[in-house]
Amino acid sequence: MANHQHAAPAPVGGSLVNATTLVCGVLIAVMLAVLVVRFVFGLGSVTNLNDGYPWGIWVVFDVVIGSALACGGFSVAMLVYIFNRGEYHPLVRPALLGSLFGYTLAGAGVLFDLGRWWNFWHIFAPGYANPSSVMFEVAVCISLYIAVMWIEFSPAFLEKLGLTEAKQKLSKMMFAFIALGTVLPMMHQSSLGTLLVVMGTQIHPLWQTPLQPLLYLLTAVTMGYAVVLFESCLTSTAYRRKIELHLLTPLAKVMLGFLAAYLVVRLGDVVVRGALPRAFAVSLEALMFWLETACFVAPLVLLRSEALRRNPAKLFLAGVLLMLGGSLLRVNGFLIGYETGDGFNYFPALPELLVTFGIFAIEVLGYIVITRRFPVLPREAATH
Amino acid sequence: MSTRRDFLKGVLASGAAVTAGAVSDAAVARETKKRPPDALGLLYDSTLCVGCKACVAACKQVNHNPAEFSTLDHLWDTPLDTSGYTFNIIKMYRNGTMTVKDQEKDGYAFMKISCMHCADPSCVSACPVSAMTKDPVTGVVGYDADKCIGCRYCVAACPFGIPKFQYDSPTGKIGKCELCRERYKDGHYSACAEVCPTGATLFGKSSDLLAEAKRRLALKPGSLTKVPRGKLGGADQSYEGQVGKYLQHVYGEKEYGGTQVLKLSGVPFEKLGLPNLPEDAAAAMSETIQHTLYGNLIMPFAVLGAMTYVAKRNVKPDDASGDKEGN
Repeated sequence: MANHQHAAPAPVGGSLVNATTLVCGVLIAVMLAVLVVRFVFGLGSVTNLNDGYPWGIWVVFDVVIGSALACGGFSVAMLVYIFNRGEYHPLVRPALLGSLFGYTLAGAGVLFDLGRWWNFWHIFAPGYANPSSVMFEVAVCISLYIAVMWIEFSPAFLEKLGLTEAKQKLSKMMFAFIALGTVLPMMHQSSLGTLLVVMGTQIHPLWQTPLQPLLYLLTAVTMGYAVVLFESCLTSTAYRRKIELHLLTPLAKVMLGFLAAYLVVRLGDVVVRGALPRAFAVSLEALMFWLETACFVAPLVLLRSEALRRNPAKLFLAGVLLMLGGSLLRVNGFLIGYETGDGFNYFPALPELLVTFGIFAIEVLGYIVITRRFPVLPREAATH
Repeated sequence: MSTRRDFLKGVLASGAAVTAGAVSDAAVARETKKRPPDALGLLYDSTLCVGCKACVAACKQVNHNPAEFSTLDHLWDTPLDTSGYTFNIIKMYRNGTMTVKDQEKDGYAFMKISCMHCADPSCVSACPVSAMTKDPVTGVVGYDADKCIGCRYCVAACPFGIPKFQYDSPTGKIGKCELCRERYKDGHYSACAEVCPTGATLFGKSSDLLAEAKRRLALKPGSLTKVPRGKLGGADQSYEGQVGKYLQHVYGEKEYGGTQVLKLSGVPFEKLGLPNLPEDAAAAMSETIQHTLYGNLIMPFAVLGAMTYVAKRNVKPDDASGDKEGN
């Protein structure tokens, strides 16, 4: 079954107008309206941001979590091209598409959040850059990676447009972009965790550690595979296609390997730093810590045997749990476990939430439009 | 065909990269920075402060900041905390019957909250575009709005909660004390120290201020001593005053590697809103990690080289493999 002569990707086809795309359209329109207010009247007019919580869901959800959930492309490309597991090739394009949207919109989300966005280019100007800043590294790497991903994905567009010659030329150099496409996410996904280090004692001991880069990198890879499980199951159901179990079952095993490595580092770190007693305090932080840990441990139990890994429902559930666990690690570090002093509270305002919903809607709409019109998903051999 | 061999190569390449990181660790560890020898700063003595808030008003004036209201009548400036428009504030500690000044129980005390001008500031380390800078001579932590992209990482990073953002404006800036660095050339110094009637806020070289703080701690509480006002080493405006009942701790002497603004108090600093901080700055740890992973871009290029080598072997161009998938 798992041979290297895969069905070539082909457009799914079908109508672009349905209930899902219409809802997405409305959410996107609402987001645009909120953004007009934000750019005319300032961040305070639509968000609940304050000096105790200068970063809200636009940073933590749209960028920190959004980009980690967009690591499917990186995780699968790494498996296929670096570890030479060609059998997973059919998963590359759909995973890359999800990543492309996740990252491009994370980049756009940053611009909405920047208080002085018109100066954004300073990040790339040598006279301004501060290479010691973790934020500098994150910003440069994410920007470069977005460009690299568009190049990696461009064969799908070139095929559709019939630019065979250009596609062939590009394919000769593709290995270089693929290599870049594995290194850049390793750099910024780890640095997204390092962002917390300079905040020092303001971060709860359960989430403050010098091992931050390793924890964030391992969870980003794990979340990448989890998203592939999630997307494959969802796409198969929505488009009434066969679930690619012959790929997902072994992929789940790879994912569990990364997960086990993460749990060893994570729990070992908490114990070695002496932070474990804080997990048994009666506090929101302790509760969130156990919730987060449960989301990471449960998939190990859910998918413990080969038979269980062949069960699509279990794969889907494990994928969702890991996406949730990785997201909780990030929310807990950046918001729940962040404390600048008394008198500050943060819960996102409605317009703030609407922007995050709008960004999610663009991702869903974009995924539908592109998979229906461009060659991304493998062609179904025998449809019924 | 050679799946297993290439798989092993991938593992080796990743392993080599991780080892390279571990080896270079010790070489680039960045120590917590110390105050520059001629660093300028303030000494705030809580026991001398009478809570008149002349310093708050003067700070507003010289920084051209608007009034902020916390009362219904909107008659005068009544900020409750520092903000994008209030860089200096006097806060009050109250306990029980509030009968004795500078006493933790049944007492009250004042605390001046403004930038500490850290020896190793988190905000400067955090800023991606060098909008926050530390002057190499005076050590003053300054802000340049023309460089700032408004990411607010400095706001999140500062353990004292000092840089604040103007959320109410589409062109909001960060607001923070810059120790009146623009006023030195006219012979002025920090406005808060200039106007302080009791010498509770004193301007000067941090090293001199630290010596003055230690002199006060060594004196007998209740005895009389010469209390300087305005600028230490400047025109003599001193008077004879009583020595306060101090805790034997100069806040800022060692916290985060030291700050240029120093504080004395009779009430534990934590109760007055100043955090318990270790002697090593968080910026040192953060930059050690950054420099270990990215110093001279050695690691990224090593990993990229390994990845390119492996990818070149594993990625088959269209025409070579007959594989129609391209990427």
